[in-house]
Amino acid sequence: MSVALAVVDQVAEAAARAGDVTAVRSVRLRVGELAGVVPDALAFSFELACAGTLLEGAELVTEAVPGRARCTPCAHEWAVGMPPQLTCPGCGGTRTELLAGRELQIVDVHWEDGHKHSTPHPPTREPISEER
Amino acid sequence: MCRVVDLRQAVLAKNDASADELRALLADRGTAVVNLLSSPGSGKTALLERELLRARERSVPVAALSADLATENDAARLARSGVPVKQVLTDGLCHLEAGMLAGHLDGWLPDDTRLLFVENVGNLVCPASYDLGETLRVTLASVTEGEDKPLKYPTAFGLAHLVVITKTDIAEAVEFDEAAFRANVERVNPGVEVILTSARRGQGIGALLDRAMAAAAGTPVHVPVMARQHGHTHAGGGHTHAHPEVTGTMAHTHS
Repeated sequence: MSVALAVVDQVAEAAARAGDVTAVRSVRLRVGELAGVVPDALAFSFELACAGTLLEGAELVTEAVPGRARCTPCAHEWAVGMPPQLTCPGCGGTRTELLAGRELQIVDVHWEDGHKHSTPHPPTREPISEER
Repeated sequence: MCRVVDLRQAVLAKNDASADELRALLADRGTAVVNLLSSPGSGKTALLERELLRARERSVPVAALSADLATENDAARLARSGVPVKQVLTDGLCHLEAGMLAGHLDGWLPDDTRLLFVENVGNLVCPASYDLGETLRVTLASVTEGEDKPLKYPTAFGLAHLVVITKTDIAEAVEFDEAAFRANVERVNPGVEVILTSARRGQGIGALLDRAMAAAAGTPVHVPVMARQHGHTHAGGGHTHAHPEVTGTMAHTHS
């Protein structure tokens, strides 16, 4: 839930900086396999976290990033899986480099802004109150 | 008009920035934070009680902050050791965040504190994602929790600098398979040290304090594989896309 709230906060902040955002349609998130986030649980929390904000009704699009690792001594590369295998399945080595899987990032946001829309409000209004 | 805006922000950037800020602030005054993570009932408080007493015997200035959803029982237990103790009620929130911790330390933490032990909310999911500005992160599990605990909660065990097994006094009764547990820890966090403790029998008491003192003195701590992803160092400012405005402290009050 806190991750969902963090996403909503950050998008709302970015929208406030942009100044004239009227609604957020979708948020695209990159979620690594080892990020410690369950996408289904996140989608559920996201809907709740969006309620009453500029993001109300926004769609959450998650891109899963598989975990990948490389063994430093033997250069073997593998998909870590879940639960992750972080010792080398090739040589049994423990000097592993994680290549991907810890991502937890907002990639981009699809939003509506005031331009060209029949909005009766002045452009300096608070975007959040507009949504309530 | 509908537009796509490229944000490229790490979701936890705000917390990570607050954590880095707190770590630097505390380092300046010679304080190191030890973040303790475990499931409810794994014996964090019992072990910590013994470690705090040991610290007092050695005249190490320590303090403890205990986070709980609702009760103040843990703080009352820890206070028996005689060191400064603070209870934080998270009001339903399942973890601590760096900004919240900073707020709670303000005006409470004695200036000469060498080590601050933070007993996180009993939960192995959310707390794992939040850097609290700690120097040492410790994940604990009791012998009753099953050997596959590290596999069930790979992030909590995978990001630990130190793993502590508690309640070894009843290991035999519950047929705890230490080798299997160690193998599972190794799988998600190769090279991390695992120590055995029993608060009741006194086994391994002082080890946590020793590791914490070493880390506070600047001895490099173990670097977990999960914290090693290029450009994604969890506790070290790897989130380069964070907006400069997000460094302010903040606290969610919702769960």
